Amino acid sequence: MSIDKDTVKHISKLARISLDEKNVDSLSKNLSSIIEFIEKLNELNTDKIIPLTSIIDASLTSRKDEAKNENIRDKILKNSPDKNAEFFVVPKVIE
Amino acid sequence: MKDFKKKTLCYLVKGIKKKDFTSEEITNFFIENSKNGKKLNTFITTNFEKALDEAKNFDKNKNYEGLLSGIPIAVKDLFCTKDVKTTAGSKMLNNFIPTYESTVTSNLWKEGAFLLGKLNCDEFAMGSSNETSFFGNVINPYGDKIIPGGSSGGSASALAANLTPATIGTDTGGSIRQPASFTGTVGLKPTYGRCSRWGIVAFASSLDQAGPMTQNVEDCALLLEAMSSYDSKDSTSANIKVDQYTKNLTDNIKGLKVGIPREYRVENMPDAIDVLWKKGVDFLKDAGAIIKDVNLPHTKYALPSYYIVAPAEASSNLARYDGVKYGHRAKGNNLNEMYENTRSEGFGDEVKRRILIGTYVLSSGYYDAYYIKAQKVRQLIKNDFDKAFKDVDAVLTPSTPNSAFKVGDKKDDPISMYLNDVFTVPVNLAGLPAISIPAGHDKNNLPLGLQLIGKAFDEQTILNLSLAIEKRASFKRQITEWWK
Repeated sequence: MSIDKDTVKHISKLARISLDEKNVDSLSKNLSSIIEFIEKLNELNTDKIIPLTSIIDASLTSRKDEAKNENIRDKILKNSPDKNAEFFVVPKVIE
Repeated sequence: MKDFKKKTLCYLVKGIKKKDFTSEEITNFFIENSKNGKKLNTFITTNFEKALDEAKNFDKNKNYEGLLSGIPIAVKDLFCTKDVKTTAGSKMLNNFIPTYESTVTSNLWKEGAFLLGKLNCDEFAMGSSNETSFFGNVINPYGDKIIPGGSSGGSASALAANLTPATIGTDTGGSIRQPASFTGTVGLKPTYGRCSRWGIVAFASSLDQAGPMTQNVEDCALLLEAMSSYDSKDSTSANIKVDQYTKNLTDNIKGLKVGIPREYRVENMPDAIDVLWKKGVDFLKDAGAIIKDVNLPHTKYALPSYYIVAPAEASSNLARYDGVKYGHRAKGNNLNEMYENTRSEGFGDEVKRRILIGTYVLSSGYYDAYYIKAQKVRQLIKNDFDKAFKDVDAVLTPSTPNSAFKVGDKKDDPISMYLNDVFTVPVNLAGLPAISIPAGHDKNNLPLGLQLIGKAFDEQTILNLSLAIEKRASFKRQITEWWK
């Protein structure tokens, strides 16, 4: 299946990546060739195969539910591009 | 200044213990070499001053208890290092300073090593030539126009050029083994779950695994032992005892059965690769191994299935880069516009491509046709290996279908770039351990590697087989230090 320009625009919206018209064009070509490549899988009949969900046999372990207070708020906030004393700051969402 | 060129990690560890030289002398050598190696573009961030302090400190308080006492090590810039910038080769993380240390690097520091610097890689580890890094291409010491492979290309180049005594990389579809093969070095991808993924910038979580990259097999065993551990912070980390790979390392491989899968003989494979593969078979026979044919019939479906699973997981993992909590942020009039502009500016072309492919195959109406299909095929690939390993202890293949290529050669054709990983990807899909060892050169004097694939958690067997090959191949890297 080829990926037309409208599809590229749709998935870039879903992926929250803005694209300019020139990129849409080249991505449509690139993505189509990748999709064509992965469609080789359609040669295989997999009706009776159970999809793999994990390559490790071990089941997940549980640990004690203990509260930890490492007091790292300030350290974490340091990496934020926009913040005030206590919060991450984003463009206004609610008018 | 003392010369430690081409000295192995094991030689350096032993020499420090015997007081033949000091940690400061070693560290000075690698700092100096790294400063002279700028043309290779291997470092994104250097940690030279702190490394020298660590070395002096070590020489003062000598503590030889660790496996890597007094050794400076540069690591791929995908491992989070506390208080040292960690970029994953991306503009998105160009200002990111982790407040924590990855488990794998902490393990190295616990064994007495310290950080020399952070090495260049393909952006978010997506690439096979180290041409997708925001910080520029890495160059292969084999030639100023030659790519080093990827995504751990900075690691492989720095190691081959003696800018670090050993290094660590990550391997999602071949990102340790392919650059090792392209630079004449040894690289091992451990079994999925052998090394903790905690603190490694995530690409495709069901495939990612950290591993050692070294001058030779003995070093590889040592570094693997040092970095491996169970980690409660990674729910997929395996609570299985780490073997004493160094102590148990032997080239006595008599009676071990090694499988040769005919499906790895692909179209247009250069003769040199075929010749090398046959040489590998002869080396193993000479060492007393029993060679058997095995079938891995679904091999040709591994790469298409990988290019569904890996982008799907990447699109989810990379959703976290939204310009809010850390990393790059662009301007926008509202929240969505800010997200969209941030991700458009922060990610490079290949990363965008993979996020979009991943988003597409996971999107409503396509999920079953692509993602579920790929996971079914992944099961078939795993079944192939399970069946083969009933008859053999390991599988021998070439590491790559070609030697290192020129900068720019495959950059605009994603499929031909992806085909580089045709021999390495099946291993990640099945979660198995595999090693690439240098075994020869092609007619252009570029190195070629052989790959040994092992049973899950049996890294020891492939290390031992590799040692037997290494002793017989007498491989020497043919590099002049043209970059100095």
